[in-house]
Amino acid sequence: MSGSRVILREKAGRKSIKPGDFIEVPVDLVLANDVTAPLAIEEFGKLNMGVFNKEKIVLVLDHFTPNRDVASAEQCLFVREFANENEISHFYDGGNAGIEHVLLPEEGLISPGMIVVGGDSHTCTYGALGAFSTGMGSTDIAALMATGKTWFRVPEAINVVVNGKFRKWVGGKDLILYLIGKIGVDGATYYSLEFTGNGIENIDVEARLTIANMVVEAGAKNGLFPVDKKTIAYLSQLGVDSGEIAVEADEYGYSGVIELDISNLTPMVALPSLPSNVISVEEAPRVKLDQVVIGSCTNGRISDLREALEVISGMRVSKGLRLIVIPGSPRVYRQALNEGIIENFLEVGAVISPPTCGPCLGGHMGVLAAGEKALSTTNRNFVGRMGHIESEVYLCNPAVAAASALTGTITDPAEII
Amino acid sequence: MENTVVEGVAKRLGDHVNTDVIIPATYLVSTDYCELGKHFLEGLDETSRSKFKPGDIVVAGKNFGSGSSREHAALAIKGAGISCVIASSFARIFFRNAINVGLPICESPVAVKSIMEGDSLRIDLSRGTIENITGNVSFPIPPYPDFLLGIIDAGGLINLLLEQK
Repeated sequence: MSGSRVILREKAGRKSIKPGDFIEVPVDLVLANDVTAPLAIEEFGKLNMGVFNKEKIVLVLDHFTPNRDVASAEQCLFVREFANENEISHFYDGGNAGIEHVLLPEEGLISPGMIVVGGDSHTCTYGALGAFSTGMGSTDIAALMATGKTWFRVPEAINVVVNGKFRKWVGGKDLILYLIGKIGVDGATYYSLEFTGNGIENIDVEARLTIANMVVEAGAKNGLFPVDKKTIAYLSQLGVDSGEIAVEADEYGYSGVIELDISNLTPMVALPSLPSNVISVEEAPRVKLDQVVIGSCTNGRISDLREALEVISGMRVSKGLRLIVIPGSPRVYRQALNEGIIENFLEVGAVISPPTCGPCLGGHMGVLAAGEKALSTTNRNFVGRMGHIESEVYLCNPAVAAASALTGTITDPAEII
Repeated sequence: MENTVVEGVAKRLGDHVNTDVIIPATYLVSTDYCELGKHFLEGLDETSRSKFKPGDIVVAGKNFGSGSSREHAALAIKGAGISCVIASSFARIFFRNAINVGLPICESPVAVKSIMEGDSLRIDLSRGTIENITGNVSFPIPPYPDFLLGIIDAGGLINLLLEQK
């Protein structure tokens, strides 16, 4: 059975759908940011229509904010004016803005069974909460803002059966890096990646958000987790009702099954320049690092900051290395302040950035020079992703990032404590 | 289907050409395709980048357009004057974006395997053929599903919606 197809079938109002069908569905939430919204708004303007529902459009200024330069300031102004003119309810700017995929769940905007489409490839994050969510480009977003509907080719699904329990310093990032390493960066192209198995109950919701966030790095249309006690508790503290959880089989089953025993998993590192270039941390080359980034829509949540600090607390970052810590949202920032995490990171010698996508995409707030190497908890290590095309990005979990910031080279946290 | 015949010189690229190398994020502060086209493939090495001229046809391996959802990638390709992209396979968001902005794309692993750098190609989008003039061989383009043909025939998604109004 495929939960993704069940959601699509329900929303399409059809008795049955099969993989390969083209269907039109109403969408519950439409998202865009300061990079994708300007192009979407221009295309939307050609339609000469109003927005389909001002409560169901979310605009977040998070990529080049606080404004990097005049050009990004102009783009943000353009989106701001559109949001004001159209009375968009969920417009996040200035002190309300955070990294969109950290922000939306916290704001209580995501609930199980929804269809969410975002002008951002990492919109797939919300599958962790039982939503069907996926990324699209600006023209699709323009059409959605006008009509509230979009088309899908009904996907085949791959079942990832998770068993076991993470060891210390191993988490969601390691699971998803391992999986991408196993199936490749196009191993799930057009598929839904659906996570089930006894091990799911051992994975916290924030780690599930990390896992679902990166399914697009294997080419997947979406990722999906079952809604269980942990999901319901997580949503409930955000004031979100999980609703009726209808899990029922459809007749088409899975196109493939991948079994993962996470008990044996070690911290993983993706070497330049593909997220599938994955090896265990102990096999990683001991390259000299210039920068370590802890943050992003993948690993910018409070549990990520806590995990990193547990490794690094009371010590000092390696001489000549820049550690940049980015709380993913105002709420994460405030929580980190209240828990003394920010103070501790300052003591360690970290730079604390405002919530922004910034360095992850080589935008600002931590861009690399030619020849520099960064280890990062972000999601992509493509050529030039964080700056100069002769710079390199290695990907890892927050604990490995913290341990490596202390030694100046890629390091297993188990070596530190 | 578009009644267009595209002719041009094949310029090859490898697998997994992602949208970050097609148009680095630092340039995503414009929506003008001519401006974006100036930075086409700037994330790739200088040799690969400098070989492209207006009218050329990109012939790439698998997973072309992977990564970020930025539609600017499809626009940068158009802005650089590239007339068509042939690839063994496309990443899904890029595929939608190309259809939506009217960038001709064809998926054909067999054609990609046989086309050499610098070959002269003629692509007939209405008949559905990729002709390698240099190699004197032709390949059928697998037809688009009817649903997508509706969007392509209208000249993109926005035009289709305008027609339906």
